[in-house]
Amino acid sequence: MSLLDVENLRVTFPTRRGEFEAVRGVSFSLGQERLGIVGESGSGKSMTGRAILRLIRPPGRVEADRMELEGRDLLSMSERDMQRVRGQQISMVMQDPKFSLNPVMRIGAQIIEIYRFHTGASKRAARAKAIEMLEAVSIRDPERVMRAYPHEMSGGMGQRIMIAMMLVTEPKILIADEPTSALDVSVQTQVLQIMDKLVRERGMGLIFISHDLNLVAQFCDRVLIMYAGKIVETCAADKLHEATHPYTRGLLNSLPRLDAPRERLEVLVRDEAWLGETSVSGRQ
Amino acid sequence: MSRLEFEGLNVWFGDGPDRVDAVKGATFEVPSGASFGLVGESGSGKSTILRALVGLARHWSGRMAVAEAPVTGFKRSKAFYKDVQMVFQDPYASLHPRQTVDAVLAETLKLHGIGDVENRIEQLLLDVGLGPKFRFRYPHQLSGGQRQRVAIARALAPEPSVILLDEPTSALDVSVQAEVLNLLVDLRKAHQLTYLMVSHDLAVVGHMCERIAVMQAGEIVEIMSVEDMREMKAAHPYTRQLLQASLGYVGEEMHGGA
Repeated sequence: MSLLDVENLRVTFPTRRGEFEAVRGVSFSLGQERLGIVGESGSGKSMTGRAILRLIRPPGRVEADRMELEGRDLLSMSERDMQRVRGQQISMVMQDPKFSLNPVMRIGAQIIEIYRFHTGASKRAARAKAIEMLEAVSIRDPERVMRAYPHEMSGGMGQRIMIAMMLVTEPKILIADEPTSALDVSVQTQVLQIMDKLVRERGMGLIFISHDLNLVAQFCDRVLIMYAGKIVETCAADKLHEATHPYTRGLLNSLPRLDAPRERLEVLVRDEAWLGETSVSGRQ
Repeated sequence: MSRLEFEGLNVWFGDGPDRVDAVKGATFEVPSGASFGLVGESGSGKSTILRALVGLARHWSGRMAVAEAPVTGFKRSKAFYKDVQMVFQDPYASLHPRQTVDAVLAETLKLHGIGDVENRIEQLLLDVGLGPKFRFRYPHQLSGGQRQRVAIARALAPEPSVILLDEPTSALDVSVQAEVLNLLVDLRKAHQLTYLMVSHDLAVVGHMCERIAVMQAGEIVEIMSVEDMREMKAAHPYTRQLLQASLGYVGEEMHGGA
């Protein structure tokens, strides 16, 4: 059975000019795999991630025919139960650690707080667990990092700390929203390897939201390509370069490439007809 | 003739025990009409070189010259800014939120004593691929790509010969990036501009530049031609590592050879 099953997900925001649909009828499932969601800004990929955790604030609305975590309906859950799901069953890593960590709390205290909230463990056990988690994300000096404040950390360290914090409760699903786009390439590889290992060793399901097509093609197992709130195409990640939808092709061709120099880059021409297409299902 | 020269450039921030050497002994030159790229990771000092040239970093030693005229201190003449312009990374932060496109461009033109403002603004907007209908818009009414076009128009306004590009497309979507990069290529041809471009993206620099300097921890470790870079002919191990990483993610199983 899949970990997550989503059918006909819609996210709507009322505006002065009527309703704006950020996500329009998206369906997909997630197993113990690395599922990539790619698209440009405004394509609804981040909104999809947030909607799963019901993090869309009113007056925004989340609707779906089905949104189930291992058979449990997420939409009808009380806010109290949802609190238990967030962080414990499904975690989320955001793009920028600067805005996701509490700036006036020591890092150790933040990780311990999360762990104790979800497990009720003793302080001592939580502390041991926090250190173990920091080591797992290749932080060399976890004792020192535990005592440090977020501003004392570099971007790469901050992002690894975020991942440690999100994984300390051993969630079944990790939603990573552009987790590496603020990082340098060398650190990026390290962060990806950590997530990769968790999927392989612990059977976690990973939703990897990114605008970077090459990265997703190489890192993920399966890819959903989103445009204007819909899935326009889905394919195996290693077949992404053979994608057929003109939008996906346009995105791929607009990338400059070291191995294939061109005088001019191809410019994506958007077709009105894409807006009328129905969303492709990413359920398996 | 070389348009830009850097010789033994050192730039530092703070002093005493807090001193950080951001750039150490950078030496390179950019011929007239060429496009030169600086690549490296964050903190490698690549943007600091641009900032030192335009006077935004106060403490430096060594030699910097524009068209064989050396610059001194951190104050630059009006003539310098007319000749050397800069486009910044974040088009959301580099335009005044309460000024229309028209006001931004008119001010720049006035500052540099260029008359015929009406026609110049229209021409500038056409040059960067924005129609006249964008003239009286505020930045919040523009998309990221359109804002960057306005920033480029502003840089073009005093008719400079050198444009410094500090990660001009890293805040943009790939399809928009392609449009902006094409525009920059066209403008360079049309106005015989010299580019000095900073980016962390090797593919972008490879597309835009003929020569590329690779920086690590404040030092230039290698200067190479774009052809050598495409053929992965890097002499320095750090450059090889960057090139490798730019090809994408390599999982652990591949390292282990399983």
